[in-house]
Amino acid sequence: MILEKNLRRAEDRQRRVFTRRALGLGLGQLGLLGFLGSRLWRIQAEEGEKYRTLAEDNRMSARYTAPARGRILDRNGRVLAENRLNWRAVLVTEQTNDVRQTLEAFSRIVPLQEHELARIERDIRRRRRFVPVTVREFLSWEEMAKVEVNAPDLPGILIDVGSTRQYPEREDMAHIVGYVAPPAERDIEGDPLFGLPGIRLGRAGVERFHDPVLRGRVGAVELEVNAVGRVIRELNRRDGVPGQDVQISVEAGLQRALRARVTEGTTVVVMDCRNGEVLAMASQPSFDPEVFAAGISTQQWRDWTTSRSTPLINKATNGLYAPGSTFKMMVALAALEAKSIGPLDRVFCPGHLDFGGNRFHCHQRRGHGGVDMRTALKVSCDVYFYELARRTGIDQIAAMANRFGMGVDLGIEIPGTRRGLVPTRAWRQSKGKPWSIGDTIVHGIGQGFYQLTPLSLATMTARLATGRAVEPHLTRSVGGRAVAGSRPEDWPSLGIPERDLKIMREGMWAVVNGAGGTAAGARLPGKYGTLAGKTGSVQVRRVTRQQRENGFNAERVRREWRPNALFVAYAPYDNPQYAVSVVVEHGVSGARTAAPLAREVLIETFERLRGTAPPDAQRVAEAERR
Amino acid sequence: MSGAAPYERRLLIGDRGNGLLRKFWRVPWLFVLLLGAVAAVGYVALWSAGNGPEAYAQKHAFRFGFGLVMMLSIALVDIRLIARAAYAGYALGIALLVLVLLHGNVGKGAQRWIDIGPLQLQPSELMKIMLALALAAWFQRASWEKVGNLLFLLPPVAMILVPMGLILKQPNLGTALITGMIGAAIFFSAGVRLWKFLLILGGVAGIAPIAYEHLRDYQKARINTFLDPESDPLGAGYNIIQSKIALGSGGMWGKGFMQGTQGHLNFLPEKQTDFIFTMIAEEFGLVGALATLALLALVVIFCFVVAFRCRHQFGRLLAVGLGTNIFLYVFVNIAMVTGSIPVGGVPLPLISHGGSAMLTTMLGFGLLMSVHVHRDVEFGEPRGR
Repeated sequence: MILEKNLRRAEDRQRRVFTRRALGLGLGQLGLLGFLGSRLWRIQAEEGEKYRTLAEDNRMSARYTAPARGRILDRNGRVLAENRLNWRAVLVTEQTNDVRQTLEAFSRIVPLQEHELARIERDIRRRRRFVPVTVREFLSWEEMAKVEVNAPDLPGILIDVGSTRQYPEREDMAHIVGYVAPPAERDIEGDPLFGLPGIRLGRAGVERFHDPVLRGRVGAVELEVNAVGRVIRELNRRDGVPGQDVQISVEAGLQRALRARVTEGTTVVVMDCRNGEVLAMASQPSFDPEVFAAGISTQQWRDWTTSRSTPLINKATNGLYAPGSTFKMMVALAALEAKSIGPLDRVFCPGHLDFGGNRFHCHQRRGHGGVDMRTALKVSCDVYFYELARRTGIDQIAAMANRFGMGVDLGIEIPGTRRGLVPTRAWRQSKGKPWSIGDTIVHGIGQGFYQLTPLSLATMTARLATGRAVEPHLTRSVGGRAVAGSRPEDWPSLGIPERDLKIMREGMWAVVNGAGGTAAGARLPGKYGTLAGKTGSVQVRRVTRQQRENGFNAERVRREWRPNALFVAYAPYDNPQYAVSVVVEHGVSGARTAAPLAREVLIETFERLRGTAPPDAQRVAEAERR
Repeated sequence: MSGAAPYERRLLIGDRGNGLLRKFWRVPWLFVLLLGAVAAVGYVALWSAGNGPEAYAQKHAFRFGFGLVMMLSIALVDIRLIARAAYAGYALGIALLVLVLLHGNVGKGAQRWIDIGPLQLQPSELMKIMLALALAAWFQRASWEKVGNLLFLLPPVAMILVPMGLILKQPNLGTALITGMIGAAIFFSAGVRLWKFLLILGGVAGIAPIAYEHLRDYQKARINTFLDPESDPLGAGYNIIQSKIALGSGGMWGKGFMQGTQGHLNFLPEKQTDFIFTMIAEEFGLVGALATLALLALVVIFCFVVAFRCRHQFGRLLAVGLGTNIFLYVFVNIAMVTGSIPVGGVPLPLISHGGSAMLTTMLGFGLLMSVHVHRDVEFGEPRGR
């Protein structure tokens, strides 16, 4: 009984201790839950405003939007540069458990190169886990579809659409239209546009010159994004200004035809000599401009920049050549202006000119006998022009050459165009060397230090034909508005007396059409009118006395030692429309190589541009509607 | 004694009513309703988290239904039978923990679960309940004097430390600590003298710095992040910051069902499991958050009520252990999402998505109900079953 009572007492005590302690424990737990309640009150009620702002910050993302880049059109509205959809595969690291496995799976669908994988891995290391990394750009429609279908096996891979630049004329227009490429680091600080992913900047040619117009103005859009930055919806939008179309004067068909016709080292420029519009400019070899938009590989870049054939260089604007006899009109005009000779005064050509102990040879070893100015141009008598240069002086010749667009900035819309070099006494002295009369004599036939571009030779020809200071240019209209410069009246007179110019033109007419002219092979079929031109053959190596005595034959020496062949021309003679310059590197003879090519070029030009109307906004508008 | 009469009456019913139907009537149906309400909160939240019922909510409801059946079945099992099986259950728990260390699946750098058919079992979750059972069984027969004996206390201390060590080895610091705390709660309630209790606590605390040395880097990072979450807003502290933003932007009344931007735009990590409470608080505001918290507090309170009303020490201690287990789930989870303690993947019972957690939780409630149904049975000499 007592035992049981004791037991009961012990049990009661145990129960009492339990109740006390469990109550304490329970209340303590409730207290802690109450503490959580107070935490919630603090965060949700008291600091709610602060966190609401943070939540908005989280989900809102202001982004710039790239405006569509303007197109580049040829004179007939044919598209030379336009935008094309670019399907991109990007990888969001955060959304996959195993990056390597995902990339391997992707590689089975769209094979990835070793260097691509290296770039992807580098990008992944550099970026935050939720920032998409480009895996592959320019997916074909099939590839894109395959990736989409296999999406379950490709966690983290998303398809994204951007835009890229397309050049339907590819290599044929690359030297004129140029290309676009991603902006360099230093560019990014300027326009916020440059910071956009996938943005491209004009890097060469018209793309570069008209970049501000083509580019347009950046827009902004406020987006709701999720934690990985994926856009959920658009909240607010301020559209940018799309880039404007630029129409250029080049005729795509003519350009393509000329490029197909010329071989490596041959350069052709065709201008409308009435207003300076460049119709075609063919330089071989060329390059594929779309490669730059996609990001050029180092190997490709190295190949292009180190190649002896310099595909990246437009030889029409950047190739430098001594003009040779095509320069003789400048010497003649300078002499007429300086009144150092009358147009009918004769100079006797015995086949050479001796001066200061040096003998300067004429290309005609037997000599031309007595020649006046027209005859001298027709037969390209070197002795006549040696004498003229000697009488006139190098600075007067240089001044005349400058007036005809040589050795000066022509302002063509192809950045990086070379001015060329027209030497003067001062230029030579600035190099620390004296200028001798002998130098002047050599320069009288366009040899020596002259460094001229085919474009400036075409410009010279156009100015000879029209007497106006036309400048070569490409732009016809911007955003549908015609720009000044397409009418002859837009260009001022050169201020050369018409009488003097007429003598040049008659001389050039005789070169092609006169009896004994140097370029009879360039005669046009009657229906195109008559062609006036001037040949030039320029030694690239000095011909030694011994070679000369053994009967030097330019065609029998190594190719790179053969003379360059040149020809400048315009047509029709009585109503000049088109001016052409042709340079054939190591073509030996201007008359035999360059002149027939110039003839073909002019025929092609007449055929293709027959009835071409002056530039009008109408045509651009039509092209846009299409 | 005013309380004596109903006490006696209940005793009588308890003695006579061993029939299953009688037991069935003693099931606390109001509590079952409460559990249903909590699960319903989970259903709604998971609906939102999954953008519809298919992803999580339907499975959740199904699992709860299954758990309910299991819970009610366990409720009818005689508590003395359960007490007798306690050590066997404990041994099973230890065996599973060893198994998970040897053959377990790795998740987030730790070995935590094993696959049993379609079921993923986390033995550490089961272990907590088995530990409560075993400790309750140990202290059931202990007289007041015995509880005062330090030697008598050594085996149960070992019973706590062995599973803790195994769980720590996975490594899962959070669950190991929770396991220890459940053990401590039972020790405390069993009447272990306060100074001895503190001595043991102090001894374990003394090991803590050594334990820190053995923590994995991610665990250390977690503790360091907690101390200064803004230091690395896109790294380890990201979750805490985003969770607080979600909570705070919910404000008083919330953004509305399915309208939470933080959750739906994926700024919240693991929103269907660890951060489900944040979802609720963002979409239903402070009101919804406090209501959910109150429901869970009621569940904890009920566990203690069961303990107070039980007439045998085994049931009392088991109920306290189970109640503390639920409390710790709730506290650690909500303290974690409010940035009050370091993040440690603890789900919210009956609300978070997860089959294994749901089953172990319902198993615990089943045991609790069995205690309640059998609150008046006599231990000691076994009476006819």
